[in-house]
Amino acid sequence: MAAISMRLPVARKAVGPSAPRGGEKHLVAPGDTITTDTGYMRGHGTYVDEEKLIASVAGAVERVNKLVCVRALKTRYNGEVGDIVVGRITEVQQKRWKVETNSRLDSVLLLSSMNLPGGELRRRSAEDELAMRDYLQEGDLISAEVQSVFSDGAVSLHTRSLKYGKLGQGVLVQVSPSLVKRQKTHFHDLPCGASVILGNNGFIWIYPTPEQKDEEAGGFTTNLEPVPLSDREVISRLRNCVVALVTQKLMLFDTSILYCYEASLPHQIKDILKPEVMEEIVLETRQRLLDLEG
Amino acid sequence: MASVVLSEAEKLYIVHGVQEDLRVDGRGCEDYRCAEVETDVVSNTSGSARVKLGHTDILVGVKAEMGTPKLEKPDEGYLEFFVDCSANATPEFEGRGGEELGTEIANTLYRVFSSETSVDLKSLCINPREHCWVLYVDVLLLECGGNLFDAISIAVKAALFNTRIPKVRVLEDEEGSKEIELSDDPYDCIRLNVDDVPCIVTLSKIGYRHVVDATLQEEACCLASLLISVTSKGALTSMKKVGKGSLDPESIFEMMETGKRVGKSLHVALQKILDEEESLGTSRQKVGFLG
Repeated sequence: MAAISMRLPVARKAVGPSAPRGGEKHLVAPGDTITTDTGYMRGHGTYVDEEKLIASVAGAVERVNKLVCVRALKTRYNGEVGDIVVGRITEVQQKRWKVETNSRLDSVLLLSSMNLPGGELRRRSAEDELAMRDYLQEGDLISAEVQSVFSDGAVSLHTRSLKYGKLGQGVLVQVSPSLVKRQKTHFHDLPCGASVILGNNGFIWIYPTPEQKDEEAGGFTTNLEPVPLSDREVISRLRNCVVALVTQKLMLFDTSILYCYEASLPHQIKDILKPEVMEEIVLETRQRLLDLEG
Repeated sequence: MASVVLSEAEKLYIVHGVQEDLRVDGRGCEDYRCAEVETDVVSNTSGSARVKLGHTDILVGVKAEMGTPKLEKPDEGYLEFFVDCSANATPEFEGRGGEELGTEIANTLYRVFSSETSVDLKSLCINPREHCWVLYVDVLLLECGGNLFDAISIAVKAALFNTRIPKVRVLEDEEGSKEIELSDDPYDCIRLNVDDVPCIVTLSKIGYRHVVDATLQEEACCLASLLISVTSKGALTSMKKVGKGSLDPESIFEMMETGKRVGKSLHVALQKILDEEESLGTSRQKVGFLG
């Protein structure tokens, strides 16, 4: 039966800061003075005005010896070599694809950086160029790794491993890149029954765990069979948990998502997005994470 | 309309999910997203409302001005709709990009309110053939998150509920010329009866089933939708089909039945929240835009 819940808006409560680990962070807003000491070199996010170093973005101040920079909290993705990203193909060009990764410029995936089916290693011919659209079309999602960063900040991707490639059925959640914690691995098979890819660019991909690892496919053949209902429930619940964590500005990593999933089990999947349930679940998650640390 | 690009596999996942009555965010086919409604957010209007349905954010302002009645309806006032698709919602609306969508929505609103029973227009008349109240309803799209028409119609109903039109008295001089006097008391006003104001329910056909309150991703998988406007008693006042796909007459009938059912519960929920807000009176903490 139809369920409609309407409510009056409630002013957002400021959540108290969790116990500071590793010293207080120096938070600044645009226009705040960072320091009046002229001995520092200015890095990203700062500018000099009347012998004062002033922040131009809202974020935390980072100091490395003599270099002062401000790392913004809400920003577009800035690529770094070795990052895992999930991107969407926007254009198919002559020998490359343009991929949207929530950064200032579209990323580039060269045809030579892409795995051929069967894992063969050979020089790409003109036939490969013409068959590009058979591999990846506009709108397709891929997982890739950052190979290099151009001087203008554009990122060059590669899928030269069997774990990268075109993504099949699943759900994409877009979050701010600063909320994805840097870890050793970003591909997780969660024990609750689904797998998740935490892209450094803020694209989170949740998908059903494949039964067997298709090694020879190399990530090109997509499984188009209907996903069973039990897997769907797990995926929807995970998706709502990720949205809840992001709304409450918690860092995303496999443990936090798993704890949030476990905390949400008593509630129905669609109730997780209600503000009061969201707060309750995230509070419990935060408590468990603090217990884990301390 | 703002749209997202999806891969074929993602669309397939959504279609199969709808088939099994479990959408991507866990809702059933007839569930709405959590909605936030607040009235009286703009101070220099006669009535205003803001509705947030998921990622869709709509602001409606109603201004009551005096004008001359239309020639064919000399003893009634009327409503004028204007929809502004702000570039805040999506970059596609920059410059004149949002004009087409804006006129489409405005025309739909005119059609929805064209029924004589929706709003009591006779109460808006001051002097037959000479003076009447014209309600200018301005809709502002702040964010596009799918299901625009429903959110707009909810916001329009809430704004009309909140509208306060000052009471006027018509004085006649010895020469016969009429003078209109506005009462001095700012709280002396007439309210509109919104019991019969219809709300739009959009039913999007995805695969073999239809869903209510589609998100942007679901709208990308849907080929045809049916917009119906339902009053609180379950009566249909208008119907419109959008989309490039075709609909079977059987499906249209099923969608109409679903729409009537969902529409009735929508009205009940909305009226409850409006009454709750009204009962809080002056002690209500206004959240507005900086909450």
